[in-house]
Amino acid sequence: MILGIDVGGTHTDAVLIEGRDVLEKIKVPTNSDDLGGSLLEVAEQLLGPVGSRYPDRVVFSTTISTNAIVQDAVSTVGMILANGPGIPPSRITTDKNARFVSGYVNHRGISVVPVDRREVEIIAEGFHKKGITAIGVAGKFSTRNQRLELDIEEIAGSRFSHVSLGHRMSGNLNFPRRVATTYLNAAVWDIYRKFIEVVNAFINRFGKRFPVYILKADGGTLEINRSADYPVQTILSGPAASVMGILSLADCVDDAVALDIGGTTTDIALFADGVPLLEPRGLTIGKYKTLIRGLRTQSIGIGGDSAVRFENGGFVIGPHRLGPAAAFGGPAPTPTDAMIVLGLTSPDDRRKAETALEPLAAQAGISLESAAQEIFDETCRHIARAVTAMIERVNAQPVYTIHELLEGKVLRPAVLHVVGGPAQPMAPRIAEYLNCRAEIPPHAEVANAVGAALARTTTELTVLADTEEKTLTIVEEGIRIPISAGFTREEAADICLDRLRERALSMGARTEDLELEITEDQSFNMVRGFYTAGRNIRIKAQVKPGLITGVERGDPSCTQ
Amino acid sequence: MHSVKRTGLIFFPAFDWAISPTHPEREERLLYTQDQVFEEGLLDFENILEYKPGLAGQDDINRVHICVPEASAICTESHLISAGGAITAADKVLRGDVDNAFALVRPPGHHAMRVVHGARGFCNINIEAVMVEYIRRHYGHRKIAIVDTDCHHGDGSQDIFWHDPDTLYISVHQDGRTLYPGTGFPNETGGPNARGYTLNIPLPPETSEEGFLFALDNLILPVLEDFKPDIIINSAGQDNHYSDPITNMNFTAQGYAILTDRLKPHIAVLEGGYSVETALPYINVGIILAMAGIDYSFVKEPDYNPAALRQDPEVTAYIERLVPALYDQWRQRGSLKASSDIGTFERRSRSIYYDTDNIHEEQIESVRICDDCGGVVTIDSMASTGNRIFAVIVPGRACAACRREGEALFAATKSGDVYRYVYLQDRDRDVFTRK
Repeated sequence: MILGIDVGGTHTDAVLIEGRDVLEKIKVPTNSDDLGGSLLEVAEQLLGPVGSRYPDRVVFSTTISTNAIVQDAVSTVGMILANGPGIPPSRITTDKNARFVSGYVNHRGISVVPVDRREVEIIAEGFHKKGITAIGVAGKFSTRNQRLELDIEEIAGSRFSHVSLGHRMSGNLNFPRRVATTYLNAAVWDIYRKFIEVVNAFINRFGKRFPVYILKADGGTLEINRSADYPVQTILSGPAASVMGILSLADCVDDAVALDIGGTTTDIALFADGVPLLEPRGLTIGKYKTLIRGLRTQSIGIGGDSAVRFENGGFVIGPHRLGPAAAFGGPAPTPTDAMIVLGLTSPDDRRKAETALEPLAAQAGISLESAAQEIFDETCRHIARAVTAMIERVNAQPVYTIHELLEGKVLRPAVLHVVGGPAQPMAPRIAEYLNCRAEIPPHAEVANAVGAALARTTTELTVLADTEEKTLTIVEEGIRIPISAGFTREEAADICLDRLRERALSMGARTEDLELEITEDQSFNMVRGFYTAGRNIRIKAQVKPGLITGVERGDPSCTQ
Repeated sequence: MHSVKRTGLIFFPAFDWAISPTHPEREERLLYTQDQVFEEGLLDFENILEYKPGLAGQDDINRVHICVPEASAICTESHLISAGGAITAADKVLRGDVDNAFALVRPPGHHAMRVVHGARGFCNINIEAVMVEYIRRHYGHRKIAIVDTDCHHGDGSQDIFWHDPDTLYISVHQDGRTLYPGTGFPNETGGPNARGYTLNIPLPPETSEEGFLFALDNLILPVLEDFKPDIIINSAGQDNHYSDPITNMNFTAQGYAILTDRLKPHIAVLEGGYSVETALPYINVGIILAMAGIDYSFVKEPDYNPAALRQDPEVTAYIERLVPALYDQWRQRGSLKASSDIGTFERRSRSIYYDTDNIHEEQIESVRICDDCGGVVTIDSMASTGNRIFAVIVPGRACAACRREGEALFAATKSGDVYRYVYLQDRDRDVFTRK
């Protein structure tokens, strides 16, 4: 039995799943003043009084970290940054407590200038005197050699209750994003820690341990206590819950488009061969571009309640929502009103919808029905255009080998999966514009909670080997070990997969869900003076985002 | 202060292509550049836009080259992509999507001449030249300047534009007496109809920032001001760097960034540069920042030491004599033009060696002396591969007389016993024929 809960901006969805059946589902308004409390309240409702039901696992998707960042209700963080040569420090987004220090590592992970102990001590002392309790440490190319960040931690760390280290956030290159990610992680650490305490106290009441997982932005889960030091991974898990929900409710094995049409916005996601696409460089939250691995989703300002106006000879839909549809007492005509007039959706008050649309029809000089049809078509066309543009952007993404350029995957979605209020009337029309087939998963109103419940634990790992330097680096774990000059790419791949398996298990993965894949596999001869001096090997592997085993894709019994 | 520009970046490191495993032109070449560009977060800057390269077509190649026996035999996919990358850069700039663009692509092209029997100087086809003629064909720009800052003389680019008064080709390079390909002397100034529009600036070994920037400020920039090109292209070779393993100059990442900042090319195209680990990452970041109008003063090599790179006074004195002399030569270019003998042909005979593919070529090139256009050109070329060909090139904006001559010569020359193939490249009408 699995309990899945998604705390969204407006609603909290919860489901209880047993084997292949959804036993119970509820949807309640979210209390944004007490996110932790409302989450546990819902859990309690579904699990019943203590002692009546024990779930095998509980999965939460929560906006605790996201809200703290968006509302700027975060801790003050001291940042110690080793930027080395390159872009000017003024181009790095940090808050006011950022200090740049000497010391840097080059692109091969070779230490060029060591850390200046005295300089770091003075800065740390200054932060400490200011009452700062959490710091972030990030160095340029620290993913190539973690020594510099570890040295700074060793010199400064004892004065603070938390230190976020850049290389632990992601194995990917991008110093400005590493700085932002490290900052955010340290900034929400305390708030998130308190949330975990609340959750742990709740579970303790049951007298019996059961694992609790948190949904991450990449559509994977992480055991909650393992997430304590990496709260930044849990931001923006909402769209991930929705995408994983569609994945579990729909028969999605090919290239596909997923749409979640809401009142104000429509979220678009894409699947390649049934696997959701990830944001290539990392997620963006507010002004922060980060290295957080997350699903590639796009939100556009159009939905069932978008305000409609007539402008320059045509109907303009959104991006603003002035309230609910006119038929439901709202102030402005909306696509929902047009659908009511067309008889595509059951009217609450058809007369109100007609009254709201009449001035627009008069402006356009056409009949009420024609105006409704045109508004409906334009709404669908608008969404279809955004989907097409997103697919084009994905296909135009640069690649760096001749093989990929000539033979690379081209995304050609043939199916459109739609969830959300106006899914039923709009899906066929949008699909028509996109020249693909529309599918609406049944009982999609709790898709987010189902998605959270059935998502598997994911993680990734980067291994770099430099046979000239005779060093192997396991990036995200901060480990460097010696290797022989004859070390091969195959050995590096084996180590990467072994370590990834261990890492995933320690994060709460079940052995049967470990679908591992190598996502980057490069080996370059390093030639110096016309002789091969060594090999530069780069391997990246991941647990593929997906569902836990035992749940078939699109299994209708999951949607009872 | 710098003014921010929208800069297009076409980055194609071709991680699966090499001339041979230990050749300088190998998979590893742009690896550390990619690392540095990614780690600096350059692709996140809102005014730096990355684009995927397109593929050049056979017609794009045939507009510039006479490939023997044909383009598909000379160009592999890698060449079509790097030429395509240069074309993409041009498209983005000329359609107004960006203010300028950098094609950070490989393999390079500036040693590829008009007739191509194989690879020389790591180059098969001349990607800038392909781009220049593409621009003329699709956007109609006439006056184009190429400033070649590769350490090696761009003998291929010089050859292709030798007779074209609409293309100003300026090459600044290490003196040909000390480096491949051994050409690019001040007296190489262009054919009889384009005298002066080839400008070679050979600098002595161990020229530093000081010398390069002196030549830029006192010669290249004033000449560009006189010529008033519609478009400035930089053949951005990076082997003048002090750490380059196959050259002897003392230029730096800061120097390249300052040069780019002052030259303000519309399009930069990577050429050579083989200090892949200690120079290229920093030079390329410097060039990208300079093009985008972002502060590049923090870009420095880890071992950068201006004192150690200070220019020898003798080198300085040499450059200070050379530069004004070359500027005078440029200003007197009108008097260099052949004014008599209009309608006659001027010939030159050359031996060309293809070092990369070990091919020898003997070539006789003739140009019709003409006051009204670049002049019709014929080439009789015999290579050690056994191929002998004859080519007629009708220039862009060809005059009626040159067109008549060219068409007649093509009609009169038969393929078969003497010439394996006879080619007509009609640049004016964009027609390419082989018989």
